[in-house]
Amino acid sequence: MMVKMEKGETPLPNVMETAFYFEQAGIGLSKDESYHIFLALKKLVSVQPIQTCRFWGKILGLEMNYIIAEVQYHEGEEEEETEEEEVIEEGGKRRGDVEDEDEETEKEDEPPKSTYKPPPVIPKEENGTGANKYVYFVCNEPGKPWVKLPPVTPAQIVCARKIKKFFTGRLDAPVVSFPPFPGNEANYLRAQIARISAGTHISPIGFYQFAEEEGDEEEEGGGGRDTYEENPDFQPLSVVEMVDSLSTWVHHVQNILKQGRCVWLNPFQKSEEEEEDEEEEKEEEPDELQQEIGPPLLTPLSEDEGIQNIPAWTAQPSTNLIPQYAVAILQSNRWPGAYAFASGRKFDNIYFGWGHKYSPENHSPALPPPVQAEYPSGPEITETRDPTLEEELAFKAAKEEALAAAEEEDDEEDVEDDEEEDDD
Amino acid sequence: MEVASLPAALELVAGGGAGLSPEKRAVLGASLLLLQRDYRFERVWFWGCIQGVRGAYYIAEGLGPDRAAPRSRLYSLNCVEWSFLPPATEEMVAQAEQLKGRFQGDPSFEYEHIEINAEDAERLFEDGKEPTIKEEARLVATIEQIDRAVGIIPRGAFLKTPLGSVHENRNFEGLSLMEAKKLSSYFHFTEPFNLKNKTLLEKADLDPSTDFLDSLEHDIPQGSWTVQLEKGDTVVVLRSLLWLGLMFYHVPMTKQYGYIYFGTGEKNFDLPFML
Repeated sequence: MMVKMEKGETPLPNVMETAFYFEQAGIGLSKDESYHIFLALKKLVSVQPIQTCRFWGKILGLEMNYIIAEVQYHEGEEEEETEEEEVIEEGGKRRGDVEDEDEETEKEDEPPKSTYKPPPVIPKEENGTGANKYVYFVCNEPGKPWVKLPPVTPAQIVCARKIKKFFTGRLDAPVVSFPPFPGNEANYLRAQIARISAGTHISPIGFYQFAEEEGDEEEEGGGGRDTYEENPDFQPLSVVEMVDSLSTWVHHVQNILKQGRCVWLNPFQKSEEEEEDEEEEKEEEPDELQQEIGPPLLTPLSEDEGIQNIPAWTAQPSTNLIPQYAVAILQSNRWPGAYAFASGRKFDNIYFGWGHKYSPENHSPALPPPVQAEYPSGPEITETRDPTLEEELAFKAAKEEALAAAEEEDDEEDVEDDEEEDDD
Repeated sequence: MEVASLPAALELVAGGGAGLSPEKRAVLGASLLLLQRDYRFERVWFWGCIQGVRGAYYIAEGLGPDRAAPRSRLYSLNCVEWSFLPPATEEMVAQAEQLKGRFQGDPSFEYEHIEINAEDAERLFEDGKEPTIKEEARLVATIEQIDRAVGIIPRGAFLKTPLGSVHENRNFEGLSLMEAKKLSSYFHFTEPFNLKNKTLLEKADLDPSTDFLDSLEHDIPQGSWTVQLEKGDTVVVLRSLLWLGLMFYHVPMTKQYGYIYFGTGEKNFDLPFML
């Protein structure tokens, strides 16, 4: 539940209150565990410079489970993680040095260089925008230290869509899969959290509204707005209305496109500065990518596609016996374990589950790509059958005949010429 | 799990995020007792809840004097009115295995387009019926499959008498912490498959009164159970990965144990890819 900064000084969420509402539907952890999580979040808030904090949910694992907190830093106070990038750069440089040495020694006998150009790496979104809007902290049990999860890259999201693995509970565990996941379990966890948030974080319609800014629609790329603010004039709907129709709920997290980002980026595009100068030039790239468009922010749930004949969400009131105090509960059918409740002005989302999407079909892993052709086939390289002995002899005999016939003609011509000369 | 210990038990399995609302707990506490009185069950277990798309099924099992006999199963949509489920037949289980997708939440819903073998098709078409299966039958078959596959008890909790009947072991004081962490201390509470395949040497070490069931050690695929200690090593919780949502709890050195199912009622066929 979003806590307004005007109300109290603390970004600490009221975990027990949220747990009470979810308990009305039978969802949630035991009171003891909820309280332990409450205290653990309190510790997190006191240690890190946090502006908003929320209990995101719990993901079960094989050896240990994950308790996840969704956090937003104060503006400007975020520590940028440059350590990982530096390590990768140094490794690349070292490899580059080794290759140079090899090239110098083997200049004459080099194998042909591969003309393969890997597809361009799509850059991850900036911290604070798109899929990286929130920062997530995890711990295995309340009481253990909170670990910050790294920001998610589009490649990780694209790969996470293709694999389905259980979490072990150790953040440094490798994810062995095909296609190979670019990262370890911490990255896989972060990617799944991003997907679940994008797919299942909803709020009652009208609670959030777009901030009014001029020139919103002239932004580059025509992308949707990605910021929202609380609506001070929000009028909560009754529980019956919230349950009856899905159009009373909206997504407040940006949809993740196929590319793995929330805002589409053309990887072949030159940087923004160059683009402004060269607006008139057409892009003549071999692969013209279509701009991917997803549903804009704050779309109602009635637009959500179901799976086969199952609607995307199941809405129920928490009790039929006492409708005056019922709470509207939504369960996601696409991400089993994702729940949302709304009661008056209060609402929240939570996730308890194993962290996988629902698919009625069995998971079939991606097949390995077809074997690459090494060279274009043509008549020069195509093998033909060697001629047999008879064919060779026959060919030789035919050739000799032709030669003999040609000699006779020449002789006759010579004789004729001689005769002609004699006549003269 | 037992009716009397339901509140405490629900607290212990709440680690999975699924549980019952206070309303349901209050209703169950009363209606399960009524079931026990009306149908003269010796024990009534709250089996769990299967989530359908439009509603949920709450399942209870009633046991007679022989605990290993086929159990009577009842289902309810609101925990107040209970209806008996017909006993499961092999044919039902075979048909239900081909159904995929969620439960609808309506017991009279009919599934169509089941693929069956040519022989069965001929047989059925002779009767003049089209192959449809009701959700009720699918429910029965699913509960039977879950019980057979992942219904577990700790070793020593039940005794088999020389006459063949099975009942609770009154001397069972609980597993020790070391034993509780091992998969071999838990048995499937169903007809054993592997018991007769053991070598004579292994069989010599078994105690025929307590070791008359298959243990979890040799379950295929290996690793289809997660064993976790919660609440500071005071509760051991086993969760099945084959049927996601089945949770078994046991407090070591006490008599408290039980299993419950909160899930969608679908088998996790992707398990080998996910491990």
